[in-house]
Amino acid sequence: MRATFVASEVGHGLRRNLTMTLAVVITVAVSLGLFGGALLLRAQVSTMKDFWYDKVEVSIFLCSRGSDAASCSGGAVTQAQRDQIRTDLESLKPLVDTIFYESQADAYKHFQEQFANSPIADNVRESALPESFRVKLSDPTKYEVVASAFAGRPGVEQVNDQRQILDKFFRLLGGLQAIALAIAVLMLIVTVLLIVNTMRVAAFSRRRETSIMRLVGASNFYIQLPFLLEAAFAAAAGAILAIFALVLTKGILVDQVIAPSFQFTSFVGWDAVFWIAPVMLITGILLAGSAAFFTLRKYLRV
Amino acid sequence: MILFDHVTKLYPSQQRPALDEVSVEIEKGEFVFLVGPSGSGKSTFLRLILREERPTQGSVWVAGKELGHLSNWKIPYFRRQIGTVFQDFRLLPNKTVTENVAFALEVIGKPKAHINKVVPEVLEVVGLEGKENRRPDELSGGEQQRVAIARAFVNRPMLLIADEPTGNLDPGTSVGIMQLLDRLNRLGTTVVMSTHDSAIVDQMRRRVIELEGGHLVRDQSRGVYGYAQ
Ligand SMILES: Nc1ncnc2c1ncn2[C@@H]1O[C@H](COP(=O)(O)OP(=O)(O)O)[C@@H](O)[C@H]1O
Ligand SMILES: [Mg+2]
Repeated sequence: MRATFVASEVGHGLRRNLTMTLAVVITVAVSLGLFGGALLLRAQVSTMKDFWYDKVEVSIFLCSRGSDAASCSGGAVTQAQRDQIRTDLESLKPLVDTIFYESQADAYKHFQEQFANSPIADNVRESALPESFRVKLSDPTKYEVVASAFAGRPGVEQVNDQRQILDKFFRLLGGLQAIALAIAVLMLIVTVLLIVNTMRVAAFSRRRETSIMRLVGASNFYIQLPFLLEAAFAAAAGAILAIFALVLTKGILVDQVIAPSFQFTSFVGWDAVFWIAPVMLITGILLAGSAAFFTLRKYLRV
Repeated sequence: MILFDHVTKLYPSQQRPALDEVSVEIEKGEFVFLVGPSGSGKSTFLRLILREERPTQGSVWVAGKELGHLSNWKIPYFRRQIGTVFQDFRLLPNKTVTENVAFALEVIGKPKAHINKVVPEVLEVVGLEGKENRRPDELSGGEQQRVAIARAFVNRPMLLIADEPTGNLDPGTSVGIMQLLDRLNRLGTTVVMSTHDSAIVDQMRRRVIELEGGHLVRDQSRGVYGYAQ
C-alpha cells in the first residue's frame, strides 16, 4: 500500500468532482446538523425532565370545613383519618420516598410568603386553605398507585399530581423532537442517495483508470480505496461544519440567548455536545462510507 | 501453461455459443497466433484466460490452476502473472510514458524504489528511451502500443495476452511490434495473440490456432494464415 499514491489519487478525485464534492459536503452538513439538533433537543428534554421530575410531588389535600367534595361530606378531616393516611403512606415505601405534612397554619404561612406584596394575601383566611400531605415518589411515573389508594377516601378532598401538567408539556416537546428526527432521517436518506449517485459518476468518469487497474491485477481494495476515502473526506468535512453549527447553537443560542430569559429551568450542558459531536462524525463517515462501498461493489467489479 | 478442456461459452443474450467445445493446450514458452474472422470467438478465448469471463461448460486451466475454482479475491493476484495488450492501447492520456508504466506497479503496491529502477529498464527493452516524458497524444500509434507492451511486461509476467495488438497500426509499424513480441517470447514469456493480419502470421511461422464460429477448425505448428493444404 503506497500512502502517497493513494493520497494523490484522492486529492485528484476530489478536485475533479469539485461541484459534486461540494454538494455532498453541504448535504452531509445539513442532514447531520439536523440530526445533531434533534439529539440536542432530546438531551435538553431529558435535562428538563430530570430537573422538574425531581421537584414534582403528589399532593393529597385533606378536607377542611368548607370543602364540598363528596368524600368531604363528613366535614373536616379527623385526627384518626389523618393518622390512617400517614400510616398507609408509610406502608407504600420505598415507592413513597418522603412524606411531608403541611398543616393549615403552614399552608397559610407559605401562601403569605408567596404572595407577600399582593392584595390576595390579605383576603385569604387560614381556614380557607386545605392541609395536605406532600409526597415525593422514588419513581414519579407510578403516580397511579398513590392516586388509587387515596383519591375518594373519606377525609381526602383531592389527590393532585404536578407531573401530569409537566407531561403535557413534555409530550409537546417529544412531538417536536420526533419531527426534527424524522426530517433529519429524511435528509440523511437524501444524503445517501446523493453519495450513491456521486460515486456512480466518479466510477464512470474514472472507468479508464479502474479498467487498467483491474487489468494489471490491482486488488479491489486498492481500486475502491480512493473512492471510499473521497466519500469519507467529504462526509467528515460536512460533519465538521455541522458540529461547528451545533457548538454555536449551544454556546450562543442556548447559553446567551435562551437561558437568560428562562431562568426557572435548567439547560442542556456541554457534556451533551461532547457525546453528540462524535456521534455525528461517526454517523456521517459510516453512512457515506457504506453508501460508497455498496455502490462501488456494483460498479467496480473484478 | 494453458489448457482448455471442452470449453463452451454462451453469452446470456446470445443464441449461438461464442466458443463451442474448444479443447486446446498451450505449453510454456510458446508463441501462439489465434486467427479467424471477426466474431469467431478470439476475444472470448482470451477473456476466458484472463478470467474476465467464465466458461458455460468445461474448464480453463492457467498455470496449473482451474480458473473456475479461483475465488474472487484471488483474481487480482492471478492477473499480476499475466500481461495484457489491446488493439486500443488503453493508456491514460494525462500521464506520461513513465507514469503510465509506473501506474501498473503503483496500483499493486510496489515500492517507489523498485518502480524507479524497473520502469526505465522496461522502456529500454521496448525501445522508448528518450520518450519517457511524452504523453500518449505526443506519440505515434506504434509508440503508444510499445508503452502498453512495456506496461504489460514491466512485472515480468509468465504469460502475455495480446488481442489484435496490430489492429490499429500500419503494416510497417506492425512489423516492429511483432519483432518486440518475438523478443519478449525469446526472453521466456509465453505469448498468445489474436490477429487478422495474414502477412504477420505467414511471416512468423509460429503455431496457429484457428477459430470459426466458435469452433476450433485448425491447430497447426509453424502455420500460415490461410488454410493449410
Ligand atoms: N459481452 C458479450 N455479450 C454478448 N455477446 C458477446 C459478448 N462478447 C462477444 N459476444 C459475441 O460472441 C461472439 C464472439 O465474439 P468475440 O469473442 O468478440 O469474437 P472476435 O474477437 O473473434 O471478433 C460474437 O458473436 C459476439 O457477438
Ligand atoms: Mg475481438
